[in-house]
This record gives sequence, structure tokens and C-alpha cells, in this order.
Amino acid sequence: MNKASPRLLPASIDATVDLLAQADYLADRSLGTVLYLALKMGRPIFLEGEAGVGKTEIAKVLSSTLGRRLIRLQCYEGLDIAAAVYEWNYAAQMIAIRAAEAEGEHDRERLEHDVFSERFLIKRPLLQALEPDAAGAPVLLIDEIDRTDEAFEAFLLEVLADFQVTIPELGTVKAQHPPIVVITSNRTREVHDALKRRCLYHWVGYPSAERELAIVRAKVPGVGKKLSEQVVGFVQGLRKQDLFKAPGVAETLDWAGALSELDVTALDPATVSDTLGVLLKYQDDIARLEGSKVKDLLDQMKSELRAAE
Amino acid sequence: MANELNPARSNLPLKRGGDNDSGRLAENIVYFARALRAAGLPVGPGAVLDALEALKVAGVGTRDDFYWTLHAVFVKRHEHSILFDQAFCIFFRRRGYVDQLLAMMLPQAPSAPQAPKAGATRVHEALFAGLEDKLKKERDVELDARMTVSDREVLQCKDFPQMTAAEIAAAKDAIKRLALPFAEVRTRRLTPHTHGHLIDIRRTLRASMKGGGDFIDLRFIGPNTRPPPLVALLDISGSMSQYSRIFLHFLHSLTDARKRVSTFLFGTRLTNVTRALRERDPDDALAAVSAAVPDWSGGTRIASSLRAFNKLWARRVLAQGAVVLLITDGLERDADETLAFEMDRLHRSCRQLIWLNPLLRFEGFEARARGIRAMLPHVDELRPIHNLESMVGLVASLQHGADASANPKAWLRKVA
Repeated sequence: MNKASPRLLPASIDATVDLLAQADYLADRSLGTVLYLALKMGRPIFLEGEAGVGKTEIAKVLSSTLGRRLIRLQCYEGLDIAAAVYEWNYAAQMIAIRAAEAEGEHDRERLEHDVFSERFLIKRPLLQALEPDAAGAPVLLIDEIDRTDEAFEAFLLEVLADFQVTIPELGTVKAQHPPIVVITSNRTREVHDALKRRCLYHWVGYPSAERELAIVRAKVPGVGKKLSEQVVGFVQGLRKQDLFKAPGVAETLDWAGALSELDVTALDPATVSDTLGVLLKYQDDIARLEGSKVKDLLDQMKSELRAAE
Repeated sequence: MANELNPARSNLPLKRGGDNDSGRLAENIVYFARALRAAGLPVGPGAVLDALEALKVAGVGTRDDFYWTLHAVFVKRHEHSILFDQAFCIFFRRRGYVDQLLAMMLPQAPSAPQAPKAGATRVHEALFAGLEDKLKKERDVELDARMTVSDREVLQCKDFPQMTAAEIAAAKDAIKRLALPFAEVRTRRLTPHTHGHLIDIRRTLRASMKGGGDFIDLRFIGPNTRPPPLVALLDISGSMSQYSRIFLHFLHSLTDARKRVSTFLFGTRLTNVTRALRERDPDDALAAVSAAVPDWSGGTRIASSLRAFNKLWARRVLAQGAVVLLITDGLERDADETLAFEMDRLHRSCRQLIWLNPLLRFEGFEARARGIRAMLPHVDELRPIHNLESMVGLVASLQHGADASANPKAWLRKVA
């Protein structure tokens, strides 16, 4: 992608969907609407959904199509201010103190002022996102917020409400142009209502067969027409089964890629059984598809494809 | 609590009241405060003095002013508001409070309240204790379905018989002790700590700066601890109906006392009642729960309920090392390998799986039922829970670590 010039924000929902399509992200209209509103209203967008449905990808695509910088904050348990907002460069500070001593500098106030200056500040993602950028306000991706704890969530409330951070030694840093904030969650824990209230919420679900087919064709160019149809048909059928974890779009793409690597042109039960590990990640789910089950699914998918023609 | 009820202390304001009128007022406020206290509001003698002071400042004009003045002093939590309202309505009913006060002293039964609101029973009990011995507790019209397993799905909404103040007090008391055993776990978050294992460079540097940087005063950080999330799965089928109500109180208090508690009820289907149980008056919460649950006192389908939980909720509520309390008698008629499979999955998804089984109260309990045999190998602990005493016992033994009696293997060995 060319990252040279900042581009204008899309002016309509259709323009938003088109914009995403430029980067091969095929969004449905509901997602387009939420994204358009978020960009227009300057509100953070909160994306929730199963793993592998393309939540994180949205932020990446937004940054590349809008020509904005992408700043990513990956959440984990125990994430604290030092890792998320800012940290002082202690080693450099120590050296500065020693150097000041060597020069006979003993004015404590001046020493403190020197040591806690921007020169010694290490900026972490949240602070970076508040800085002005020539290409326009950056895209801030707060990924998998459900992995961190409630304490960090509470801190985010402040940042997302006013787009400002207070550093006791320096003062308040406020963003001139609020960043485009994308928050994702896999829902391993309920995120507090107060945080959700500040965001526009969207549940990213599995795509329809047509859209998934278009995604496969856009993302895995090497795969043939027949195979891509069969792959999508099979995965769509699989999602209707009673599985512990249904395959996401990422798995579909992986599978299509794997099959084309194996020079497969059409699905047969043996190939499917051999490569099932790409689609299903739980042994119980794989065991459930043992025996004639794969063949039944394939037959069903093929008859549906034939009926559609 | 006991010394707050001490009449000598409660009478304090009476002595301060100079003339007859204000003496009456003080007396009534004292009685009213006592009633509130008995109904479960934390009202100390200080609040009585505050109330009198407030009434003096505000001047008792209209009934509304009077109400909100007392409300401002006595109510400190949102969920107490409803208790206060009930107490106020009963205490200062119609004919002015002096007459009402007399009515309390007379041995006559109060008019029976029709469809009592939440909290009314407790307040009523607190006000008219001693007079109401004749009025029996609500008739138990439930069918005694103990030890029977019904596959029928009884889609009925059941009204909770309102609980008594003694029950609540006992349950809360039990909870206070029960909160202890779920030992805190270390988290990855670090906090300032005197004996921490890492140097907190930031605080160290700031402390050193105070001395001009000549010496370095080390400060430490160590891991923070917090109780792990708790997930309760409560069986509300017919065979458990005698217990489910008190367990719900128990779970309500748990939800009240600590964060990160999720509660699910299951009979023939699974219902998440976490929100209904959160931060409210117990009567209100239980009413909301009973409205949310369609399969009260019906049959049991443990396997399919566990399956629903594993599939829909486990990944949402079992993160960060949750402890699961499974409260069921394990009487499932169609016990097959799916039950064992789902138990296994549940066991693997949580930090600890504790099975609380009220059937263990029977002396000759043996793990013979198929459902119980299927579930036992997959639990970390099996404990009785049939009354408050056993809850206390559970806590005591949990505090000292799992003893042999809780080992599920012991039960299996018995019948083998």
C-alpha cells in the first residue's frame, strides 16, 4: 500500500465499504455502517467476535487505506501503564544524575527538572497515538482487550473519553486530533458496560457463502474456481454442524491455501480427512467428523452447488 | 450487631430530649432505627443522633420531607432504599406514628398484607416480631420431589416464598466465612511491595531524587493477589427444589461480596442469572431470577446443560483461572458417556471444579447412581451442602486444604 498521502475519510457508508474493498477486505453493510459512523463521530469502535473472523484485520486495512500510521497495543494479563502509556528511561536518568554530580551540580530542583524532561521519556503505544502525525491521526488498535484485567479497562475509560493522558512529572498530553480507535475482544471475559458505552459496538460474525467465496478469491489468488466453491461450501456446511469451535474465515483461507499447495483441484473425502487439522483445532471436533461424516458433508455440499448452477 | 441492639445505647437520645414532644420523637426514631437494624440495615446509634439532628435542622414539615430526611441519614446503599421504604410505610402508617407505635405493643395481629413487596416480610418480621408467632410461615405447596428424577419439563414460573430475616442473616454470616477458602491467586500485575522480588525503578529513582541523588533508596514491587473468578452452576430441578432457594441466597451474597462471580441455573436448560443477582436486594434479585428461569423444579438434563455451558459460556467466563462450584445431586436418568465427556471438558477448562452435593447428608450415601459415577472422576472435590451448617463445615475444611473425605476417588472406591 502507498502510505504517502493522507486520504480523506469516506463520505458515505458505500464509500466506506468500497474503501475496505480496495485492500481486499470485503465487509458487509452492517460493518460498513458502524465503521462509517465511528469515523464520522470520532468514537472508538468495539469489535467482538469469534477468533479468526478478521477483527484485527479491520484496523490494519483502515490504516493502509487511509494512509494512517497503525499503532498496536496487544493486551495481556498484567499490562500496566509502563508498558501501555509511557516509561522513563531510568538508565539514562541515572547517568544524567551522575554526570550532574560530577559537574558539581547540586540544585535539586533543577536536577529533577532536567531528569524528568521529554528527553528521557519512552513513549508506549497509547501515548504515541496521541501525538500529532503529518499523515493524520493514527489508527490505534487495542487488540484482545479481554486478556487484560478490569484495572486496565478502567484506565482506558479516561483515555478514550478525553484522548488525554496525564504524566505527573510533565503534565497532560492531549491529542489535537483524536486517533481512530479500534478495540477488539474475543469475549473470553465480559468487558465492562462503561467501556462499551463509550464505543460503537459491532459483532463480527461469519460471512455468508457469497462473501466468503469473494474473500477466498481475493486473498488466495492461486486457487481454482471449482476448488474455491467447494472449499467455501464445505466450510459453510461445517459451521452448521454441532462443533465446539467452528472454523473462522482465517481457517478457510488457510485451508484453501493448503489445498492449492497440494495441487488439489477438487475435494474428495480422503483429502478432506487428511487436512482437517487446518480447519478444526479440537480433537473432539475432528473425531466427530470421522467415518462417513465427511463424505456426507461433501455429498451435501456438491448437491447444493449443483442446484445453484 | 449485638451491642447495637443494647437498649441502654439506643435510649441515649431519649435522655437528651428535654420536653415531652421531642422526647416522643426521639423515642420513635430510636424504635424506627431498631426496626431498620433488625431488617438488615447497618444503622448504628450514631445514625439515630444524626437523624434527630437532621430533623431538627430540616424541620418536620410534610410527610415527604420527613421521609427523605430520614432516608438521607439511614440509607447508605441503593439496595437498602427498598427496605427503608417498606419499614417507613409500615412504621408510620396512616394514623400517625404514635398510634402505630401503640399498635405494635398491643397483642393484635396486623392486617395481612396482600402480595407483599420485596423486603416486606423482613421488615414486617422486624417490626412485629413476637406478635406473629401464630401466623405460620407460608404453606409449602411444592410437591416433595426429593429423590425422584423427572424428565418432564415443567415450564412454570414459580414465586419465591419470601425469605425470613433470620435466613438472610445466617446466609450472609455463612458467606462471610465462605469467602475465605478460595485462596487468592497471584496475578501478573505488580504492585508496590515491601518484600517484593523486583526493584521498582520508578519509585526508587523518585525516592533517591529527594536526597539529591547521592544515595539510592531501593523500593520493591511484587505480584498482586486477588481471588479468582467464581462460576456457580446450580441445579434447580425438582429433586433439588428444597435447596435451590437457600443456595440462591448464598450465591447472591457471594455476588454481593466479591467481584467476578457468574451464576448459572440449570434444570432442563441453562440460564445465566448473573445480572439478576448483582447488587440488589435479595428479595428483588430472587424475584428477577425466578422470572428469568422457565424450568423451575422440572426435570434434570445435566449433560445437555453442561454441554450448553461448555459451548456457549465456558470461554466467556472461565478465563483467568476460574473456580467452578457445581451444585447438583447428580441424579440424571439418562446418564451416558456424554455426561462424563462434558464433565471432563468442564474440568479441563477451569482451575478447580468443586462439586457440592446435598445428597451427601445421608449417612449411607454411596456413589451408585450412574450419573454420579459418571461425574465423580472429573471433579477435584466432592462436598456436602444441605444446610448452613454444612456450608460452615465446608468452609472450615476448605480452609485447611482438601481432606480425605472430599476426595472423589474415596466415594468411587467405596462402591467398587
